[in-house]
Amino acid sequence: MSEGKLLVINNISVVYSDVIQVLKGVSLTVEKGQIVSLLGSNGAGKTTTLKAVSGLLKPENGKVTEGSILFDGLPIHNHSPEMITRAGIIQVLEGRQPFKYLTIEENLRVGTATRWGKPYRQDLDMVYHYFPALTKRRKTLAGYCSGGEMQMLVIGRALMAHPRLLLLDEPSLGLAPLFVREIFQIIERINRENGTTIVLVEQNANMALQIATYGYVMENGKIVMEGRAEDLRENPDVKEFYLGMGAAGAAKSYKDVKAYKRRKRWL
Amino acid sequence: MDFFLQLLINGLSIGFLYGLSAMGFVMIFKSSSVLNFAHGEILAFGAFLFLALATWAQLPIALAFVVTLAGAFVLGFVIERIFLRPLIGEPLIQVIMLTVGLASMFKGGMLLVWGGNLYTYPEFLPEGLGVNWGVIQVPPVYVAAVIIGSLFLLLFGLFFKFSSQGIYMRSVADNQPAALSLGVHVRRVFALSWAIAAVVAGISGIVLGIINGINVHELSSIGLKVFPVVILGGLDSISGAIIGGLIIGLLETFTGGYLSPSLRDIVPYITLVFILLIKPYGLFGLVEIERV
Repeated sequence: MSEGKLLVINNISVVYSDVIQVLKGVSLTVEKGQIVSLLGSNGAGKTTTLKAVSGLLKPENGKVTEGSILFDGLPIHNHSPEMITRAGIIQVLEGRQPFKYLTIEENLRVGTATRWGKPYRQDLDMVYHYFPALTKRRKTLAGYCSGGEMQMLVIGRALMAHPRLLLLDEPSLGLAPLFVREIFQIIERINRENGTTIVLVEQNANMALQIATYGYVMENGKIVMEGRAEDLRENPDVKEFYLGMGAAGAAKSYKDVKAYKRRKRWL
Repeated sequence: MDFFLQLLINGLSIGFLYGLSAMGFVMIFKSSSVLNFAHGEILAFGAFLFLALATWAQLPIALAFVVTLAGAFVLGFVIERIFLRPLIGEPLIQVIMLTVGLASMFKGGMLLVWGGNLYTYPEFLPEGLGVNWGVIQVPPVYVAAVIIGSLFLLLFGLFFKFSSQGIYMRSVADNQPAALSLGVHVRRVFALSWAIAAVVAGISGIVLGIINGINVHELSSIGLKVFPVVILGGLDSISGAIIGGLIIGLLETFTGGYLSPSLRDIVPYITLVFILLIKPYGLFGLVEIERV
């Protein structure tokens, strides 16, 4: 168990602009080769946790004030994104952020920034292999692609960097249900075939827990629950608050929503 | 008709140089949203460095040219390192005021060394470079301006389209957080865009120096002239900068030729006002790709 720890977040607190505390003692561990999903409602601190790892807090004036983040045993908290990406951690930002005025292929080439000067042909083929839909649009400006293509593009772009740890922030956001399924299947394949360790932040708890091996639930800047994905799927609280099931296990009826509001157990 | 053609050719060549120097300005704006008020001074510095190398140091012209460009590259890089980098993350207005300060500093420095006199380069362009088709006569300088201008335009075009570093630079201009998340060295991109902008300014400085002579005040005022050019072309469009430059160059020479030479320098700014009224994003400003 202690052998394959790729990422260890140790009781970190994150403060924005020196006053706004967002994370209050978050700890989590990611083993090599795992898919770990991080669940929670809006504003729980999931994205902030990812940004603390990838170093992207800095440009937003955020800082890890307590605790430590170890990647492969080395401390990386408050390091610059340039260093962290070169260590092998790539974050895919929330809300699909392609370079709109670059073509698909140019977008993918930006993914090689951490390995500037090395050949990238083979990696392009690898991305097109995972996302065949991108192949015929390689010369199109990314800004003119559909939402689904953009999501494939930003994941593919991150793969170009050969990440050892891939942080995915809400890849299902605003996509059609059928397409969400496809994206998740591809994420699982990337994990299986490339051995890429993945941290997956999701609102779509159902899909996330299907492909993840382990899960954490966040609430108000704290981890409130953790466990193996299949256990979390069966947990009554997770079921009710994140999977949209009633306490009894049946799909919740809209009729009952207002009449009786069960409080989350951990609050 | 001869006069018209002559003006047309002069206007296009001058306009080409305006466009070239505006390109450097646009490059900095695109990557870091900084308006560089010291652009004219960097341009003048290029011209004077070339003068010093060609006359004082007696270097062969080609070598002097290359060394000047290298010098401009280093200057741009150093400016970014020393003055701009500490201000990353500070409000933009402070960065812009810094460039205003830099402008005075450079201008003062050059006045100190060379004074406000008008210098000329030694004759080095071969007579054969000029075009002489009966009615149309193009002096060698203008031919050189167009050749050098197109050559570097092509070079930069290829650089931005195909080289990895060029693509990284465009990615930073496009979406900085995303570029950061992929490990693009954003600070290096800023430094590189300042360096390239200085090189481009240096080239236009040299060629304008060949055409009009070298004078600190004259050359640094070009820095102000890039404003009408880039506003006309669209602040964030490199090809727009070239076309804006051509239009302003033509307007200037035609006004100078047909109306009055004293109006010449005012026309660009009148155009600027009208363009801002009618098409505030410029003729070729990026049409925002909006997706809902």
